Amino acid sequence: MSFPASETDLGAGVSASPTSLATDGGRSGGGRSRILRFAVPVFMLVLLVAAWSLYVAAYDVPHYILPSPRRVAEALVADWSVLGPALLVTLKITFLALLIALVGGVALAVLLSESRLAELALYPYAVILQVTPIVAIAPLILIYVPSTQAALLICAWIVAFFPVLSNTTQGLKSTDHNLLDLFRLYGASRWQTLAYLKMPNALPYFLAGLRIAGGLALIAAVVAEFAAGSAGAGSGLAFRLIESQFRLNIPRLFAALILLSMTGVLIFAVTSFVSHLLLRRWHESALKREV
Amino acid sequence: MLQSSREPMTQAAPLISLRHVSKRFANGTLALNDLSLDIAQGEFVSLLGPSGCGKSTALRIIAGLANASGGKLEWPSASGATPVAEHGAEISFVFQEPTLMPWATVFGNVHLPLKLKGVSRTAARDDVMAALDMVGLAGFADSYPRELSGGMKMRVSIARALVTKPRLLLMDEPFAALDEITRFKLNNDLLHLWSTFGWTVIFVTHSVFESVYLSNRIVVMAARPGRVVEDMTVDAPYPREEEFRTSSLYNDYCRKASEALHRAMEASEGS
Repeated sequence: MSFPASETDLGAGVSASPTSLATDGGRSGGGRSRILRFAVPVFMLVLLVAAWSLYVAAYDVPHYILPSPRRVAEALVADWSVLGPALLVTLKITFLALLIALVGGVALAVLLSESRLAELALYPYAVILQVTPIVAIAPLILIYVPSTQAALLICAWIVAFFPVLSNTTQGLKSTDHNLLDLFRLYGASRWQTLAYLKMPNALPYFLAGLRIAGGLALIAAVVAEFAAGSAGAGSGLAFRLIESQFRLNIPRLFAALILLSMTGVLIFAVTSFVSHLLLRRWHESALKREV
Repeated sequence: MLQSSREPMTQAAPLISLRHVSKRFANGTLALNDLSLDIAQGEFVSLLGPSGCGKSTALRIIAGLANASGGKLEWPSASGATPVAEHGAEISFVFQEPTLMPWATVFGNVHLPLKLKGVSRTAARDDVMAALDMVGLAGFADSYPRELSGGMKMRVSIARALVTKPRLLLMDEPFAALDEITRFKLNNDLLHLWSTFGWTVIFVTHSVFESVYLSNRIVVMAARPGRVVEDMTVDAPYPREEEFRTSSLYNDYCRKASEALHRAMEASEGS
């Protein structure tokens, strides 16, 4: 699978290789660069895991300090009955928080950009909510909200909400003035200007916000669970992580960690892919340039 | 010959009439001072002047995009005293930049004025394609603006202005950012369309040569405050083709307009 967004960082390295290879024969167009884009990261991963495995074997590192990749894989399979449900809980909180953040962030952004009064009244509080560390608010929320799950959801939402709000507001406000004049000249209603001009204009900004919010929602879901310190059947990966640490079950800790980072990568890949699909026809960020 | 056929119209009530219009910006700048101007049906008028002479401001006031601080704007040929806003349907505006929506195709961009009036894509298809055909871009309906050259983008912008079949076309230095070859080509195309459809055009420019080539009347303006210093007729027959650019008649008018512009600039500095 290729991640469109990573083109920006990987692009430089990948596009450099065909030029250096070009001396030993013709380039096979995009085919080679596509294979490279897939092969280089996979190769890198294999290399890292091999080095890790060799290091553990060579220095005889005890598994409660650093387990071998094989032990981690075994823990992943053996403890799936514990980790699986925990993953599901974390996923549920993350995506639900992200969803509410998207709907709420966009709705508030529209309100703020359409009404100066609303902006003056509400924006400072959105900023305060954002700049206050979530770990500091979490204990309060846990007291006020009866269910831990709901509290975690609120924490994740607060964190994911702001990038969507601020980016979308920025996008809605940076509409080309001539286009606004044009809409006025043709007697566009406020709603038409919003739907046909401001919203499409804000789309790239919104999508950038979405990509940040996706990652933050997961981080906040984990941090909030650390703060909550909840236990039992309904707990997520963060609790399993702490629990494994207490029990010195380091292979399981690694397994939980891997699940978390896989989730993060998946969220990044999906949001980048959505962004690419929506922008590829027109936005500069999604265009490939011929050099 | 077209000139002669237009003569009787100029005798009738003007299409628009600016009466002692002035405009002062919030920062105190007097952009326009006591501007009075009658524009007849079917005229091709150029507003020529140095930057800061308020020619764009005048255009924006006519379009209803800006309010005059003093004086009034009348539409004598319309029945009764209709407010400016109601003429929106008959006015089209072409900006200096193509001002296209990058997320919409060429078709989508030209469709926009009709879409805002509630005409669906299917219902508008014929009109949109006809407008694209006029500017020679019928084959690019599904392209995105970024795939087009600067000249082609400007053509799309013109097609969008034409799709509503306006009575009055306002153009604010539309070709200023284009290279000379493209500009000459678009000048010719614009004249051709104008002689076919007979709209009234108000064309803002700072190019003497462009104003003489295109228009049958040149209003020369001076800056600080923006005002009219000269109102000259370009009495050369249409259709004007490339030969006109090298004719002595063209030369004479260019000299006249150029001198008027110099006087305008001296007047600007003097004040």
